[in-house]
Amino acid sequence: MTITRAMLRNGVILAVFAALTTAAVALLVWATSERVADNQRSAQVQALNAVMPASRYDNDLLADTATFTDPRLGDSKPRTVYRARQGGAPAGVVMDILAPEGYGGSIRLLVGVDAAGTVTGVRMVPPHPETPGLGDRIDIKKSDWILSFDGKSLAAPDDARWAVKKDGGDFDQFTGATITPRAVVTAVRDSLHWYRDNRDAVYAAPAP
Amino acid sequence: MSSDSPAISYRQIIVDGLWAKNAITVQLLGLCPILAVSGSVVNGLGMGLATVFVLALSNATVSLARAQVPAEIRLPVFVMIIASATTCIEFIMQAYAFEMYQVLGIFIPLITTNCNVLGRAESFASKNPLLPSMVDGAMMGLGFLAVLVLLGGMRELLGAGTLFANMDLLFGPAAKDWVVHPFGDGYPGFLFAILPPGAFFFLGLIIAGKNLVDHHQKEREKARATPAVKTSRRVRTTG
Repeated sequence: MTITRAMLRNGVILAVFAALTTAAVALLVWATSERVADNQRSAQVQALNAVMPASRYDNDLLADTATFTDPRLGDSKPRTVYRARQGGAPAGVVMDILAPEGYGGSIRLLVGVDAAGTVTGVRMVPPHPETPGLGDRIDIKKSDWILSFDGKSLAAPDDARWAVKKDGGDFDQFTGATITPRAVVTAVRDSLHWYRDNRDAVYAAPAP
Repeated sequence: MSSDSPAISYRQIIVDGLWAKNAITVQLLGLCPILAVSGSVVNGLGMGLATVFVLALSNATVSLARAQVPAEIRLPVFVMIIASATTCIEFIMQAYAFEMYQVLGIFIPLITTNCNVLGRAESFASKNPLLPSMVDGAMMGLGFLAVLVLLGGMRELLGAGTLFANMDLLFGPAAKDWVVHPFGDGYPGFLFAILPPGAFFFLGLIIAGKNLVDHHQKEREKARATPAVKTSRRVRTTG
């Protein structure tokens, strides 16, 4: 009898504390949700504008998206493509791709190209799995290497030159780290191929 | 002990938290965040500040609730309180220090499992009034923060050759220029210091340093306790 009562009492106390702590969290989430959503949105816009300058388009990039599934975008899962338009005409895309052959795993990249297929910018999306001090030079905070894609296209340099210098290409490797830049160069090249082959479908696909 | 004075003095709480019972160098609690986020001063400072707030908040709540919580279920209740305090701090960071949250985000929930927080709830806040419990939480947190920043500084300095890099994550754009390069721009970096083994190594050095200071202190006290030799020509240095 007494043990049942003790259990009941403890159960009620636990339930009360569970309700109180959950209520405290819920209240705080409610109070900050607008600010948090704003922050997330502006961080996303900032990331996109780094590879697709805001002056090149006038639509809402975050709203004008479509997903595509193609191994050239990194894996077998749907990847998001943001479509930039200027006065309604195609102005370029930002592809959210994976470089699957990084040294420590897949590296997520944002690749911006203009309508003709010239790279407007590439950025690594943190966190990355590469070795600090070696492979992490793909990060714009660590080195300018990632800027070497700017202005490149499949026409210049031609296909064979889309490789690190060690493999006979145009892109620098890092001292002590070849795998990471090789993975990034290959992934960007593949995404450009995909864009070239699917250009019309990319802009025509309905936004969600 | 029902009055508002703690079982030990505030002075003792402060000394314990910052030095004598320091969470890291003495109790060796909370080593998980120590390894994960002590790669730079800014990461250490961010994680340390978050821990200070969580500790003060959870200690205060535990202290307020202590009369209502039977001994048998105190641990689940404490864990609930700590988890919700951590979640609250996480959302506040997301709202007001978003860039820092992006760096530390995945480590913030780990504060819940920082033994140090539950340890203070159990060993202090559950037996003491509100104010001393808050002070204890804050001081334990500050002691934790101090070691985290020191370790972050050592690893950043030797690993990357910089100090105070990326402080703008915490203090806004004006802090961008705080970064210093004591070894010049050509510093090649020292990978070991940045990788997790480096954290163990430098933490060991810090603990050794603390023990050395304690040892000297004890020796000096011992020397003071024994009567001074009459013939010594020691200069009196203290008033």
